[in-house]
Amino acid sequence: MSNYEIYLAIAVMTLVNYLTRVFPFVFFRKKEPPSFVVFIETYFPPVIMTILILYTLKDIDFQSSPYGLKEIGAVFFTAFLHITLKNYLISIFAGTIFYMFLVQYLI
Amino acid sequence: MMGYGVLGFAFGLLLVSFEYDWYLAPLMSLFIYAGALQFVAIGFFNAKVGLVDIAIASWFINIRQSFYGLSLLKRFKQTKPFKNYLIFGLTDETYALLTTIKDDKTLSKKHYYFFLTALNQSYWFIGSTTGALIGSQLSFNTQGLEFSLTALFVVLCIEQYKNLQNIFPFLIGIFASILSIIMVPSDKMLVTSICIALVLLFMFKQKVRNELA
Repeated sequence: MSNYEIYLAIAVMTLVNYLTRVFPFVFFRKKEPPSFVVFIETYFPPVIMTILILYTLKDIDFQSSPYGLKEIGAVFFTAFLHITLKNYLISIFAGTIFYMFLVQYLI
Repeated sequence: MMGYGVLGFAFGLLLVSFEYDWYLAPLMSLFIYAGALQFVAIGFFNAKVGLVDIAIASWFINIRQSFYGLSLLKRFKQTKPFKNYLIFGLTDETYALLTTIKDDKTLSKKHYYFFLTALNQSYWFIGSTTGALIGSQLSFNTQGLEFSLTALFVVLCIEQYKNLQNIFPFLIGIFASILSIIMVPSDKMLVTSICIALVLLFMFKQKVRNELA
């Protein structure tokens, strides 16, 4: 993207982000939200997080060596750290360093 | 609180590792101010994703934050003139703090909320700017740094599971993603997955709900 396109993209994200956060304050100040809104807001966040994990991994080549094993290994390593130590900074940083080590020093 | 600065630092570092100008980091942290979305935005820039797709994806990535507002409607009453800023600054971290820390009786509520939100944003702002500046000076091998984004989502995903204790939404997410990775070009994958997932979620509405009971 050119810088001009990036500025436009930032403007769009700024606007959408604010609209998402202001949404309940505008529409549900007086009345209760309809059930489908509650349904989406309860169940969609875990769906999007799962999609985002796979989105970041979508360009892995499973056809040739090492068949995405580095990515899968690093995902499990990060998850293991987070479940055992419950500290998101340790999980994210150790997971990333582990992956960087895998791609930089292992063929 | 410190965590926010460190995560911001990682964001700044990642942004400049793709050769983007350092000042985009403070610009984004000032105006967008959303952790996960700013990380994903780097991917949008790389893949030259269209503005409409960016808007849709941003909306759904941040939809959990609409939920936060819903539970803060009462607490944010009588917080003028800060109310708009408080709503703007309602990130995951700020929400977690606002709902866990007890109101201090000696301080006025609105000033207390305002400083908490502004401090949080300043950590994020300083962290990301420092990361971008240092990253554009240093030259070290950043290959694999993009995994920080994956790791962030793995962590957020586990946290979601802890709250919900329901495996069904995760299965829908996996199925929708794999289907769209196979079916559509890479730059349309995110929006396609969101659409498939929404359809599936409503198709299996009862099943998703029952799982919880």
